[in-house]
Amino acid sequence: MKIGYYPGCSLTGSSREYNESVVALAKALEIELVEIKDWNCCGATAAHVMNEELSLSLPARIMAIAEEQGLTEVVVPCAACYNRLKMTQHELEDDGKRGRVAEILKMPYHGSLKIINVLQMLETYGAENIKARVISPFAHKVACYYGCLLVRPHSILQFDRVEDPQSMDSLIRVIGGNSMDWAFKTECCGAGFSVSRTDLVAKLSGNILKDASDRGAEALIVACPMCQSNLDMRRGAINKTLAQPIDIPVIYITQAIGLALGIGANELGLKRHFVNVEL
Amino acid sequence: MEKNHNISDLQLHTGVEVVRCYQCGKCSAGCVLASEMNFPPSYLMRLLQTGTKENYDKILLSNSIWLCLNCENCLGRCPMEIDIPKLMDYLRTQSVKENKLHPDSKPILAFHRSFLDSIKYTGRLYEVGLVAAFKFRTFRLAQDMAIAPVMYLKGKLHIFPEKFNDRKRMKRIFAQTIENTKTDNP
Repeated sequence: MKIGYYPGCSLTGSSREYNESVVALAKALEIELVEIKDWNCCGATAAHVMNEELSLSLPARIMAIAEEQGLTEVVVPCAACYNRLKMTQHELEDDGKRGRVAEILKMPYHGSLKIINVLQMLETYGAENIKARVISPFAHKVACYYGCLLVRPHSILQFDRVEDPQSMDSLIRVIGGNSMDWAFKTECCGAGFSVSRTDLVAKLSGNILKDASDRGAEALIVACPMCQSNLDMRRGAINKTLAQPIDIPVIYITQAIGLALGIGANELGLKRHFVNVEL
Repeated sequence: MEKNHNISDLQLHTGVEVVRCYQCGKCSAGCVLASEMNFPPSYLMRLLQTGTKENYDKILLSNSIWLCLNCENCLGRCPMEIDIPKLMDYLRTQSVKENKLHPDSKPILAFHRSFLDSIKYTGRLYEVGLVAAFKFRTFRLAQDMAIAPVMYLKGKLHIFPEKFNDRKRMKRIFAQTIENTKTDNP
């Protein structure tokens, strides 16, 4: 099984452990990831806040290169990149916008790529495989946290339920975990304000962690590098907003599954977290 | 009161019909930062519906448009499926264009500009460059001094930008879009 791969900027830097765990897991499941050549940043929130044409051109270049490379399907683990690529494909169904972007890029863009997130890759190419390979069941009570960008807007992404998504919960059950019901599955953690308004990120992320912790979660499971870094790297600022500090770790779904499949903690990047992971 | 063309321009660019909002308030109830805003999203919709220049300027000068995180919860819950996040993107660009900026926009704009500079010059996000540029723009020199060394030790920071070859095209993309003042691109 061969599939295109767009890691995006976070996965090469501040969220390296997400990349490490996706790569290690794909290898274990015999999925070959083919990285898009000379990819660029998708523009993230900054581009679409500042300029619409820029916000469409940056993802369009990535997809044009992938198409040129002969890829038909690309997995995008970062929820923000996934969202920007899907939204761009949707916006570029408009002939006027597509023409303008082609003129800016001077590259052919067909819009034929299938863009999927990491949960879809695991569901489609791995679920049965994962079940058969569990050697150390992930016997923990956890809260699956989806955030915003994986599930909204539903009309365009068409992925999972918008208020109470289940795809990550199902994967956790496959590896022997106990995923719980809780209230903040798709509430925003503060995302792009991590540097500019750390105070607001601390408050919003604090609400999320507190609900999970109050209900007895041993860990939060995520599939977005921005959610992970806000909830993990900003834990110092978060704990200042709470009456009782919270020390539950925030790990990627790929790390949780990797552990169940017997992949080592180092290989999964579990030593790179700010909050100690002892699971 | 003076009527203005801003509302029809807004409708033209975003495809959002503000009259469709019937003020149920679900957007404001679900907005995680409504309590920090000068006014919440449903109130912003009502101001747009009045169609006056005075109320339009009130929106451009508010912190509401800058504190919107584009989490899309409002859109997800709107019974009329009104794309408020798209409106927010448009209103922010207008606020910059007309230089009607709430002070809360400063650190947020400084971050976005620093982020885009990094992409323009290196094709990908270069965190060290981004944070340095952000500090330079905001004079928040001491910020994150505690977490940066830990990030470095955990292998989460590049000391140099990643290798990216197609820099010429990246420059062209910026020149043709955000740096291009000739088009009517909002």
